[in-house]
Amino acid sequence: MSTAIEVENLVVRRGKRAVLDGFFCAVPQGSVTGLLGPSGSGKTTLMRAIVGVQTVVSGRVTVLGHPAGSVPLRRRIGYVTQAPSVYADLTVAENARYFAALHRLTAADADGAVDAVGLSGHAGQLVANLSGGQRSRASLACAIVSRPEVLVLDEPTVGQDPVLRDELWGHFRRLAADGATVLVSSHVMDEANRCDRLLLIRDGALIADDTPEAVKRSAGTGDLDQAFLTLIKRQELAAA
Amino acid sequence: MILLSTVRRILTQLRHDPRTIAMIIVVPTLLISLLSFMYEGQPAVFDRIALTMLGVFPFVVMFLITSIAMLRERTTGTLERLFTTPVGKLDLLFGYGIAFGLAAAVQAAVAAGFAHWALGMDTAGSIGLVVLIAVANAVLGVALGLLASAFARTEFQAVQFMPVVAAPQLLLCGLFVPREEMAGWLQAISDVLPLSYSVEALTEVGVHTDPTGIMWRDLAVVVAAVVVALVLGAATLRRRTA
Repeated sequence: MSTAIEVENLVVRRGKRAVLDGFFCAVPQGSVTGLLGPSGSGKTTLMRAIVGVQTVVSGRVTVLGHPAGSVPLRRRIGYVTQAPSVYADLTVAENARYFAALHRLTAADADGAVDAVGLSGHAGQLVANLSGGQRSRASLACAIVSRPEVLVLDEPTVGQDPVLRDELWGHFRRLAADGATVLVSSHVMDEANRCDRLLLIRDGALIADDTPEAVKRSAGTGDLDQAFLTLIKRQELAAA
Repeated sequence: MILLSTVRRILTQLRHDPRTIAMIIVVPTLLISLLSFMYEGQPAVFDRIALTMLGVFPFVVMFLITSIAMLRERTTGTLERLFTTPVGKLDLLFGYGIAFGLAAAVQAAVAAGFAHWALGMDTAGSIGLVVLIAVANAVLGVALGLLASAFARTEFQAVQFMPVVAAPQLLLCGLFVPREEMAGWLQAISDVLPLSYSVEALTEVGVHTDPTGIMWRDLAVVVAAVVVALVLGAATLRRRTA
């Protein structure tokens, strides 16, 4: 399996603090990779660097063989920010159609994406009048409409009811089965079990990069939450 | 194609906000009506002030609307997201320029038409030229608004830029004190403010039947100011941010 995203020795500072300080990781193509870690660990910063909107100090981020943020990638990548970034004063359908048009796609493609996130019943509603969970699904629709080869999702399932969350994960799995690379951040560990691979990150450092099974096995527990704690303690001991 | 979609998107946003549309179209007309009551019996004074105001109102309104709209793109994350798509900076800047320019054209046409036909505002030159200059002014407001939004973090700050950018131009454009009677240093400031040229162009239309060379030169200065503001605006738009 080839590598879709490669991050080498990435350094990102915000203010005086180094959020990522010499970070390495690789994401295989056609997989669902979970980026797990507590709030403030550097997940969003890493994702922004991958989609090419983060100012970086040094290091290299390569996506599908191109430098992150370069022109050829802008047709092949989809990004969903943590706070839903859609136009509140447009309807769901109008939002999706605008993002479709940016990729020279039709209104029918847009409506398909709205349907895929389960919002076809709300297509004509202004985003401003939607619930938080519906807004983030509208935001997701605008990212998947272009059928990106790399889809970067920052906490897309926050605030979704369990049935919908299940459907969304099913959708991510189907995208990956069709060859897309999906990178999903979350701080909910039970979602991590549905990923092909996990990147555990804490304080800007990579703690684990493996399959969920292997992470649990190496920590000697069947519970991912517990495994995360064990790995952190082990790392702290090694550092001491 | 991307530019056209962006224009359509911005106009659709505007369409969903009927209150803003009403304000854009009705407010300048109401204010000019107010002027006509204030200067009842002094048609020459009304003609001069109303003509100037037809240039000032679109500038102020479009500056405000654009700086807030662009700030919202920045703060809601849509700008960041757009920069991961094939959208170019110029698609966005010209998208706003064209969309709000169209809104401004409607505004200027309604206000100028109302002033001319309903309130009896007299100009020696064609009312069409008045509208043309007013639209150029509105587009100037759009361009400066796009630029100003880069220096505001919040909507509170953005509205504060309105008096900073608009008030000095209004005071020094020659409406209150003729420019040639100002102290030299005030004149020098007035000379670099684009609104001075649009007001002079409008005054030319007011007193000459045919378009004059000064009017065309002034209009060219305003258009050049628009281009400079858009280029500076493009320079403040960064695909990568901290």
